[in-house]
Amino acid sequence: MSQDELLVLIYKKDERAFTHLYDMYSKSLFSVINVLIKNREEAEDVLQEVFVKIWKNIDSYNEGKGRFYTWILNIARNTSIDKLRSKNFNNSQKNLSSDNFVNLLDDSNKLVNRIDTIGIQEFVKKLKPKCIEIIDLLFFKGYTQQEASEELALPLGTIKTQNRNCINDLRNYLKV
Amino acid sequence: MEAQEYIESGILELYVYGLLTETENLEIAELAKKNPEVDQEIIAIEKAIVALSSSFSPFHSVANFEKIKARLELKHGKVVEMKPASNWSQYVGWAAAVLLLLGLGYQTLELTKTKEAIATVGTEKNKIQRDYAFLDQQNKETEKNLTIVRDIKNTGVTLGGQAVSPTSFAKVYWNKDTKTTYIDAAGLPKPPKGMVYQVWALKLSPVLTPTSIGLLDNFEGNNQKIFAVSQTDSAEAFGITLEPAGGSLTPTMTQLYTLGKV
Repeated sequence: MSQDELLVLIYKKDERAFTHLYDMYSKSLFSVINVLIKNREEAEDVLQEVFVKIWKNIDSYNEGKGRFYTWILNIARNTSIDKLRSKNFNNSQKNLSSDNFVNLLDDSNKLVNRIDTIGIQEFVKKLKPKCIEIIDLLFFKGYTQQEASEELALPLGTIKTQNRNCINDLRNYLKV
Repeated sequence: MEAQEYIESGILELYVYGLLTETENLEIAELAKKNPEVDQEIIAIEKAIVALSSSFSPFHSVANFEKIKARLELKHGKVVEMKPASNWSQYVGWAAAVLLLLGLGYQTLELTKTKEAIATVGTEKNKIQRDYAFLDQQNKETEKNLTIVRDIKNTGVTLGGQAVSPTSFAKVYWNKDTKTTYIDAAGLPKPPKGMVYQVWALKLSPVLTPTSIGLLDNFEGNNQKIFAVSQTDSAEAFGITLEPAGGSLTPTMTQLYTLGKV
């Protein structure tokens, strides 16, 4: 299902639309939330919060300002960050800056990951370490180019092009 | 900047990640709307990053999904409100369709019933017409026979039962002017198979001279048992004998059923 098809259903407030929305994006958002919030139970609460916000505020999404996925991604990041602030988790997050999304696999949940995702996991793990760092900061943690450039001690312009090269490798693997 | 430059620059990735300023977002959304190549590129980047992030998602329970749905229905009255509304129209549609089908089925059933009824009425009409024709014919025969019996010019001759069949009787109606002769054979038993009644006009003097005036053919088929026979010029008596089919030249006197003098 494409974004346009999904949105048609969502605007109708069709219950099936919510199921589609959840099937399409809940895993992606949950991994982002988990990178930001290290506590699994908290992360599940945040995921609930995120989907409630998406559904309630759907009318404020503006197609002229960006992708629907980008809109819900920002909701997931912002809700997670709000949660961290309210719980004073800021410090602990900074301490874990060496952590990245690949570490999500080190958890006890390895076994329940679907077989069909193992291939891409293995592929990503073999990407250049710089790719993992860049995608982790930009995509998962929502760092700006400037922040990522400082964090990784790379020239500002390099961040954007490096990220594109990393995503291109991934696209070649995924054939998209 | 050309579309290809946008694509190569890596800004579209940041657009999907949600890291651009409001102005940049508007600019690229506008470009994507006009340029299918840019739009396709954005969709491909999105697919790749959704696939990547989804594959690293820790397990989360189905119960969580149910909790979210429960929360939305509890806290988001609008959803609860709108669902019955949309369902209502859906149900009405289905109900209308079902009613239409039922209606069509009922109409077809009724049509079949009506056709059957018409066919039955048609059959009955035919039967009544046949009955009527039959009764009409019967009535005409009866009237004719009654005329014969009533005709004052007709001489009625009663033929009494004879030795072979004492209970038999018959009547002869004979118009001496027109010579027309009728036999009322209602008092005769049904002739055995292969036999037929034969009517004789008899002259008694100077010698007994029988003259055949006809056979009571089709005895069973004649309901009223009134038979027209040949004209009779002169007769002093009438007799009826049972003869082999086709009749005999002379009466078989042992099989004389009835006899009567004029």
